[in-house]
Amino acid sequence: MTDATPTQTAASGSRTLSAAAAAFEKQARVVSPARQTIRRFLRHRLAVVGLVIATLIVLLSIFAPLVTEHGPNTIDLRARNQGPSAEHWFGTDRTGRDTFARTIYAGRVSLAVGVVAVAISVAIGSILGAVAGFFGGWVDSLIMRFTDVIMTFPPIVIILTVAALAGPGVRNTMLVIGLLNWPIPCRLVRAKFLAIREMEFVVAARALGAPRRRIIGLHAFPNVIDVLIVYASLGIATAILLEAGLSFLGLGVQPPTPSWGNMLNPARNVSILEQYPWQWMPAGAAIVLTVLAVNFIGDGLRDALDPRMKI
Amino acid sequence: MGRYIQRRIAIAIPILLAITVLIFLLLQLTPGDPLDSYVPPDQPLPAEQREALRRQLGLDRPLVIRYLYWLRETVQGNLGYRAKTFEPVTDAIAHRIGPTLLLMGTAMVIGITVGVSLGVLAAVKQYSILDTVLTVLAFLGVSLPVYLAGLLGLYIFSLRVSWFPSGGFQTPGEPFSVLDRLHHLILPASIIAINYVASTMRYTRSAMLEVLGQDYVRTARAKGLNEKLVIGVHALRNALLPVVTIIGAYIPNLLGGAVFIESIFSWPGMGRLFLDGVESRDYPLIMGMTLILAIVILTANLLTDIAYAIVDPRIRYD
Repeated sequence: MTDATPTQTAASGSRTLSAAAAAFEKQARVVSPARQTIRRFLRHRLAVVGLVIATLIVLLSIFAPLVTEHGPNTIDLRARNQGPSAEHWFGTDRTGRDTFARTIYAGRVSLAVGVVAVAISVAIGSILGAVAGFFGGWVDSLIMRFTDVIMTFPPIVIILTVAALAGPGVRNTMLVIGLLNWPIPCRLVRAKFLAIREMEFVVAARALGAPRRRIIGLHAFPNVIDVLIVYASLGIATAILLEAGLSFLGLGVQPPTPSWGNMLNPARNVSILEQYPWQWMPAGAAIVLTVLAVNFIGDGLRDALDPRMKI
Repeated sequence: MGRYIQRRIAIAIPILLAITVLIFLLLQLTPGDPLDSYVPPDQPLPAEQREALRRQLGLDRPLVIRYLYWLRETVQGNLGYRAKTFEPVTDAIAHRIGPTLLLMGTAMVIGITVGVSLGVLAAVKQYSILDTVLTVLAFLGVSLPVYLAGLLGLYIFSLRVSWFPSGGFQTPGEPFSVLDRLHHLILPASIIAINYVASTMRYTRSAMLEVLGQDYVRTARAKGLNEKLVIGVHALRNALLPVVTIIGAYIPNLLGGAVFIESIFSWPGMGRLFLDGVESRDYPLIMGMTLILAIVILTANLLTDIAYAIVDPRIRYD
């Protein structure tokens, strides 16, 4: 920025005047909404901290083989249950596998489950929500009563039941969490669509004879993207917690594939809990850090996109 | 008011029916033959005997007929028998419901009292260091999953410093005493309450801040009322209105927390029973418990709506 300062103004007359005019023009230039959003987000201190932590965790998981030379499943029976050392930063587990390596490789699985599960629930939720909100009437009532039914169950109870029936594994865990979490995005999208349906630009598009598919997809849908982004960020946190809970109980991701949840599972045994805290604490810390970071980001996004938004 | 309650109940009934259908269908989709839970699959049994047993159990009937049979028995309070022990499901639940109610009730009391107090404190001292610390702690509390809190709590308070027993709900071999029960209860109940405290606090804080900006609070201050009275009577009473809604809304989460905490602390309640059922694929037990939990939650939602309508007369009843 070349702001005209008082000293410059004193120096010479007409040149500074034009400089001031230029500076004024620069300031008055319209800032694009996207820019404003990014600015508001960056002003949210906790959100920026969250973004930094989340980026670090994602990078560690993706570049796990470069960060550590230990494999997540390399068994070393001569180094069982060892405490943290220079060789094994977080110690080793009961078969001598490196806990640090397992924790960062587990990030791949846990983050993937979170992202895919949210993608599934956002896809289902926004389609059903758009249909319900746009068409209204009995279609709306039917879909809304269905979400009521799904939302009546305590999430973990219904997820445990379905997980027990479907069987464990990475793919099933993603599906179960994704297929049971769509009611929230569905309600959000429906509420927005109910309002949008009556707005002039939609009425205009309808009057011009645009097909309904085009109105929903091209005219109405862009207006719910901000709500969905905020939901997705908070939803990833929920999905990561659910995956970890399921795997903790032994009904989610199965060993030897490491996930943060199934690394906590051996700690259900009191003697492991007491004697080898380094075997379960890193996974626990990873869960809390990730969820905290994602929640901060979600909060920042909400404030940046629309402070009045209620999620 | 009476009509409002009637209407809310009338809406709840079809939802409940839909839930029964869903639960029934869910278990029909399970792989494997239901006969296997009566006769082990590796045990040779002549085909005609299998058929006879199938007919005797009614498994040859169409799905709709089986659903109606199941519904008729369920309405009469017969939830069937556990697959392995043949204990009636209702008995199994009846034995376990007491400890769970105790655990959840205590957690709720802790959650509401601590959460509301901290929320008021944070709102009154808005933007102070205390407020910032509490806000960050609340974030931490919401982000800390109950199973991890359980492991950490057990590790720190029972194994490192033995303030509390590491599990069970009374000292084995000793007669029942209230103190002993409390000693076993406090740690798991506080851990379940962490999430609850955190969200009640955030809720109370924002409700309180909204109320504190209202004209009648300024009037109360202007006429020289004691600040304690302004906060405690004029502001808090109105700020608590929205907090009422989350009391009911949080029951599903508490039940979910009970599954983990009862498992970690060997608490003999419904959460552990449910987990046992899931692990041994005890379908009658899973069905019965899911149904009961759904009814509990529906009732809680209903009571929340009614309570809200009572405390806030501005709610429209139609």
